Amino acid sequence: MPTIVVEVMPKAELLDPQGKAVAGALRRLGKTEFTGVRVGKRFELTVEGPADAALLAEVQELADTVLSNSVIEDVTDVYVLEVAAGETH
Amino acid sequence: MRIGVVTFPGSLDDRDAQRAIRLAGAEPVALWHGEHDLHGVDALVLPGGFSYGDYLRAGAIASLSPIMAEVIDAANKGMPVLGICNGFQMLTEAHLLEGGLIRNEAGAFICRDQRLRIENNSTDWTGGFTDKQEITIPLKNGEGGFIASTETLARLEGEGRVIARYLDVNPNGSLNDIAGVTNARGNVVGLMPHPEHAVEPGFGPDTAAAMRSGVDGLAFFTSVIERALVNA
Repeated sequence: MPTIVVEVMPKAELLDPQGKAVAGALRRLGKTEFTGVRVGKRFELTVEGPADAALLAEVQELADTVLSNSVIEDVTDVYVLEVAAGETH
Repeated sequence: MRIGVVTFPGSLDDRDAQRAIRLAGAEPVALWHGEHDLHGVDALVLPGGFSYGDYLRAGAIASLSPIMAEVIDAANKGMPVLGICNGFQMLTEAHLLEGGLIRNEAGAFICRDQRLRIENNSTDWTGGFTDKQEITIPLKNGEGGFIASTETLARLEGEGRVIARYLDVNPNGSLNDIAGVTNARGNVVGLMPHPEHAVEPGFGPDTAAAMRSGVDGLAFFTSVIERALVNA
């Protein structure tokens, strides 16, 4: 069963309060080598049939209209997850 | 006048909105998100809460509800629609209002009585306020930071479509201290603070006169009733 991954990030020019909070926690742990943290989302869409071009086009459309809000987020990647039989990813 | 209040899974302030409508002098009509029926109402309120637990994005899943097809159609035909807090988030997700709402700048949920200045008293929901009137109503949100692109923000400001601005402190990092906006026609209004919680003496914010006597939110609901009478 193919899995299609959609990755969404808050727009780079916008404040990411969630990332800011995580960055603050790292700083308090003494991890001063990290100058910034941004938190995004990863969706995994599983289908029965083949992940062909038509399906990927549909996922891209859904990624732009439902899975993300273009006012506040960017779709950074859409790809098919390659997992060989018996292999854990 | 009959004003519908749509209840979504996770709505919290739907009954408060119904109560505010009743106190303002109209008949509240309870509507259900899963129906394709507005029951012939004259105006609509999308109430506050945490529809679908704020999953995906605040208001996003609710904006795809069956009834939203009718809400969007009615709004585009001129029906007055007020979105409060989570309802405001739904209106931006449904593209009835421009801009978006993100997590509060400080990262914390904020609940306080908030002073606002009414910036546009010509919309269907703000006609009863005086120009630049200062009011106090409760604010309670975790994702109330209003954002928009530089171009959109300039257009909203230029066209007078900011309807209310935070005074004293900006509680959530909203650009230009924006607490609420309207569409070009002035029938759709989104507001992050909660006017429905300041409509009855004894249950509102404190004022200089007496504890919990604030009723500054009532004018949002009486405004739409007066507008309907003028248009009748």
